Formats: sequence, C-alpha cells, structure tokens
Amino acid sequence: MSNPSRRKLITSGLAATAGFGGLAAAARLAARNGLIPPDSGGLYGPGETLTYGAQRLLTAHSHAREFPKSLISKPPFANETAPPTDEFKRLRAGGFRDWKLTVDGMVAHPATFSVSDLKSFPRSSQITSLGCEEGWSYIAEWTGTPLSHILSATGILPGARYLVYFSIEKDWWDSLDMADALHPQTLLAYGMNDADLPVPLGGPLRMRVPRQLGYKSVKYLTRITATDSLKRFGKGLGSSSPEGGYSWYAGI
Amino acid sequence: MLPQMNSDAPRHSALVRVTHWVTAISVFALLLSGIEILISHPRFYWGETGNVMMRPLFVIPIPASRATVHTGYGFVMPDQNGWSRSLHFQTAWVLVLTGLLYCAAGLLTGHIRTNLLPAAADWQWRNFLRILSQHLRLQRPDEAEAHSYNVLQRLAYLVIIFAAVPMLIWTGLAMSPAFVSAVPAAVTLLGGQQTARTLHFFLTLLLTGFVAVHIAMVILAGFRSRIRAMITGTPKQP
Repeated sequence: MSNPSRRKLITSGLAATAGFGGLAAAARLAARNGLIPPDSGGLYGPGETLTYGAQRLLTAHSHAREFPKSLISKPPFANETAPPTDEFKRLRAGGFRDWKLTVDGMVAHPATFSVSDLKSFPRSSQITSLGCEEGWSYIAEWTGTPLSHILSATGILPGARYLVYFSIEKDWWDSLDMADALHPQTLLAYGMNDADLPVPLGGPLRMRVPRQLGYKSVKYLTRITATDSLKRFGKGLGSSSPEGGYSWYAGI
Repeated sequence: MLPQMNSDAPRHSALVRVTHWVTAISVFALLLSGIEILISHPRFYWGETGNVMMRPLFVIPIPASRATVHTGYGFVMPDQNGWSRSLHFQTAWVLVLTGLLYCAAGLLTGHIRTNLLPAAADWQWRNFLRILSQHLRLQRPDEAEAHSYNVLQRLAYLVIIFAAVPMLIWTGLAMSPAFVSAVPAAVTLLGGQQTARTLHFFLTLLLTGFVAVHIAMVILAGFRSRIRAMITGTPKQP
C-alpha cells in the first residue's frame, strides 16, 4: 500500500518546485532577452508579460498570413476616426504634396520624407488581414515602403530598442519593438488595392503591422522617433492604448 | 468497483479542490469579459473576413458598444473592451496553466484513470440507462455516488476537460494574428479567423450549458454537502 499523505506531499512538493523553478527560469530568460513589455506593471501586467514574452519567442521568424487576390474584401470597412483638423484639411486640399514624415531620435541621419519620396524607395506589397480588437476584420492589398528600409537609410543606431510613431491626430501614437520594426512585412503604407490609400483608411500614410491588431496600424503618420526607452513618452507605457486600458502589445 | 467506500476518506483530493475553484473563478472571469468583448461587435461571420459591410451569419439582438455597428437600438453601450480584453487573456493563461497542472497531476496520481474514465461496469447498457433515467426523473443520487462519479458525470467531465476547453483555447488562439503567423494551421484547419470566432462563441454556449447543469446537479444532490466536499474534501461535517 502506498502512503497517501506521503504521496500527496511528494506530488505537491514536485508541483510547487516545478512551478517556482519554471517562474524563476522564465523571469531570467525574459530579462536577458528583453521579453518584458512596457506595460508590464499593474493588475494585468503578468498576463501582458506572458503573452508578449511567449509570442516574441514563438514569432521570431514568422510572417503574417498572406491571401490570394480573390479574398480581398470589397469594399473594406473604414473604422471611425476623429474629424479632420484644419491642418489635415489644408494638406488634403494640396493633394498631400506637403505631407511630411519626420524620422528622428536615435538615427545617424534624421530626415524628412514626402509621400512621393517614399514612393521612390523600394516598394513592397502584401495581401493581409487587418483584424480589429472588436472582432471584425477585412483583407486588403497594402503597398508601401518597408519600415526597415527607412531605418537603414536614416542609420538606426544599435542602442535603439523601440520606434515611437505619431499620427497627425492629437494623442494618437504608438510604438513597436525592433522585432516588429525591422520585420519585412511592416510597411509605411501609402497604397491600398492598387490605388492611393483612401483617407478614411489612413491616407496618405499609415503604419501597417500585420502581425498585430489594427490599432497598432496608426493612421495619418507624421513622425517616427527611435529611442532606447519609452519612459519619456506619455505615461511611459509605450503608447496611448495602455492609457485607455488596452494592451501595448497587440499580437494577442 | 468503488475505490473509496470508506465515508471518512476525502471525496476530492487537494489538487482537485484547488484546481476546481481556480477554474471556476477563471471561467466566470472569462465569461464576463467575453460578453463585454462580444458587445463591441455582436455579429458573427463564417470564413476569413467579417465586418459591418458584410452579411453576417447571425446577429445577437443586443445594443453594441460601438456606434459603427447599427443594431437598431437608439443607443451605444459603454465601451468596456480595455479591461475586458486584459482580464480575458490573463485569465486564459491562468486557466491553461491550471489545466496543465491538473492533467499532469491527474495522470500521475491516477485521478483521470480512476475517477474520470468510465469503469467497465459503466459500459453495461442496463447500468447506463438506470443512471440516465435517474437523472431525467431528477432523483437524488444514492449513497454510493457521494463517493464516486457516475457514468454520465464521467462522460460530461471528459468531454468538457479534453474536448470543449481545448477547442475553446484553440479557437481563441486562432484569432491571434501573431500566433497564427507562427502556426497558420491553427486557423486554416478551422476555415478562417471569423469561423474561429464563431466556433469560440458556440463552444462558450456549450461550456455555459455545462456549468448550468453542473450547478443544478450540485443543488439537487445536496448543495451544502457537495460544496463542503469541494472545499474541505469531505461531504460530512467534521
């Protein structure tokens, strides 16, 4: 006969040791590899950290699914955006010829690009799905300049860990870690379905991050800043999303 | 046939009791946050894509928390998605880790083999029908069942633990753009992201139905003694 209380003790002991050992090992690994998201504090920090850390390891070499042209949604659904500012209206009246994207921060050669400058760079197209945190989704063909091209053109410094990017709309900004910033599918998108990117869908220029939810694909992009720390931006949580209760990392 | 007829022996091991209540709280939190997330888009689709420009498979007739979804109601519900999503995914981690602990320990201790897999006698048609008719007539279970699960319980628990919950986790992961970038088969096997979302909803209905019947059965069998058994391990007062 086995001794139930002894067996129980050994089982619980093993489980507890495995649990704590696993946690300690995971924490060491996460610290060493930068697997902790900027919004890792607070009530939901453990969940954010587990998801971000696990998916960074899982998606190190992954590509967002691409679809055949026949699956492109017609027409795509354009989510609501704030009413355009006077500045936006002025730029739109000029056919967005004066739209400027500034790249600064931890880059060797800060620069400003117009949309036609971007169109003169190598272009990349992808037919991917944009999924909203609300549950809806659509598929479109996106065309733009790979963000990695702009980063190498401006000479991103080795110490840079995040790219912070801003919309022309006030208080609309977000950031990416270098894994997504340098990912070949991450685009500065100016075209959609063989035409210029329509204004309701972010035209003339939006970020496109197909491995994350739609809200990381910020519309009306005007500025990108490379940084080694997110502490100086907003409340230091990496984007305006966590300030509204949403995750910084939106790979889910 | 019954391993523990001794009425002093615990009905539930400490592991079962702890994982039961962690799971119960998790399921409640997942259901609550899931309903909040659902309210932002109470429309369901089949295939890869779905949005308000497309014909839905079906619609839940409730007001939405987004003005972009026209529900026919004249008002928009408050947006609760921020904390709901954070709670949903954090709780999903708790449920998955608890489930792994339960399964690992359940295999190691023989809990799954002894208490969940139907015993040889359970497969006898007469026995099965007796338990079934007892349930349909809402009869209180006999004394032996205070110490062992009957065949209907065993089958229900097996289906929920090893089919419904894994499918819920799978369909949930199939909605993650990052996860499916690494494991595309997770969503292509199901037939698309919106199909995964719709199946996730149906599985939630199944799980909710199970919870409702489970609680009804606990009440029928003797609420106080069964709750006491799941907290202290023994149905009898000390």
